[in-house]
Amino acid sequence: MKTGIIDYGGGNLRSVANALRSLGQDPVIIASPEQVGDVTHLLLPGQGEFGDTMRRLEERGLASFLKNWIGEDRPYFGICVGYQILFDNSEEAPEVCGLGVLPGTVRRFHDEPGLKIPHMGWNSAAGTRGDTRVWQGLGADPYFYYIHSYFPEPAAPDDIVARTTYGTQTFAGAVERGNLFACQFHPEKSQETGLRLIRNFLGI
Amino acid sequence: MLAKRIIPCLDVTDGRVVKGVNFVDLIDAGDPVECAIAYNLQQADELVFLDITASSDNRNTMVDVVRRTAEKCFIPLTVGGGIRSVENMREMLLAGADKVGVNTSAVTNPSLVDAGAKAFGSQCIVVAIDAKREGPGKWGVYTHGGRKPVGLDAVEWAKEVWRRGAGEILLTSMDSDGTQAGYDIELTAAVSSAIGIPVIASGGAGNLDHMVDVLDAGKADAVLAASIFHFKKHTIAEAKQHFAERGVPVRPYV
Repeated sequence: MKTGIIDYGGGNLRSVANALRSLGQDPVIIASPEQVGDVTHLLLPGQGEFGDTMRRLEERGLASFLKNWIGEDRPYFGICVGYQILFDNSEEAPEVCGLGVLPGTVRRFHDEPGLKIPHMGWNSAAGTRGDTRVWQGLGADPYFYYIHSYFPEPAAPDDIVARTTYGTQTFAGAVERGNLFACQFHPEKSQETGLRLIRNFLGI
Repeated sequence: MLAKRIIPCLDVTDGRVVKGVNFVDLIDAGDPVECAIAYNLQQADELVFLDITASSDNRNTMVDVVRRTAEKCFIPLTVGGGIRSVENMREMLLAGADKVGVNTSAVTNPSLVDAGAKAFGSQCIVVAIDAKREGPGKWGVYTHGGRKPVGLDAVEWAKEVWRRGAGEILLTSMDSDGTQAGYDIELTAAVSSAIGIPVIASGGAGNLDHMVDVLDAGKADAVLAASIFHFKKHTIAEAKQHFAERGVPVRPYV
């Protein structure tokens, strides 16, 4: 097993690399499909804008590569924007298409009195499918660190593995389908609970 | 439910923690990385490093502290002090900081907030505001540790930096700071109600009820504290338990 982190030139990869190293991995940084080599488990971390992320992935030939990778059900872990780009499109950049490997769209929180946007801090994610391979041993309502203004709305409810509530709005905090796992929160910033999730992924 | 955050703040100069930290279990209480690891073990929700000398020589030392901390601590890390340009921000973020704090440099050059938000996203940009009461319901913005008034109204300034793309406000009451007599609840509530981004309350924590009060009546999203934790008056776990008993949502200790 060998891990790779997708580098689309926009985000800071160091936190995810540090988390993987603490789990005994020596991740390969991948800026083009040629660099994938014998990597078995891909992670795409991201803090960034949806449209900008898709454009950068396309420029590097990584968008179609990722579609194939996920289409072949090879292990993929998407974080934040790495989660959002799996869907068809986003309100953040309506003119840009996502990878479209999961049906659905990405929406912005709607305004509510007293609700701060971005959604920033530790929030619980209620598991909806019990213990899956990646979502195992986390307890009923594990807390993770979030920082975002947009979230995916999957069209296939079976993909959803955890739900998160902010204000009166409940969204899909994480999805799991085959060997694909993706979440809106940052496991690399969520202490032991987050590391556990990543370790579970490395075990698939 | 979104938890209220507890954020210990470490003042650092020349790569050493100052004002003192008195954890009995530390070999070297002056090493910021060791202190950060101790707070990580205590399950603090985030950490702030404040570089209080912030000379350009010092920045390289700080970058190294941030890099070593990020290798061991998997919680969000904010670094402030001496950040004067987008390039300074980039250095800290690449070293492993998740957010950067700007204070004086935002006052002297407000467009730095816009530039930082554009380059790295609003979530990375924390604007620190030092405010001092100037009359009933009125607070002025000060720099240089509360000595120099800059002629800005604190609430209006918070609104301006929010508009410019700040992702969070770190609000310190100069009147309360160091008194251990409680946070300035009125100030915190005034700023928090005026803007749509989170507010971290700072200055005046003397006990755990002070924290509950500013989170509740002060409408703060997070509390920053130094000595109350550094000198082991309370642990983070005690604070969380107390918050939970008083109905404040917290991330449970696991």
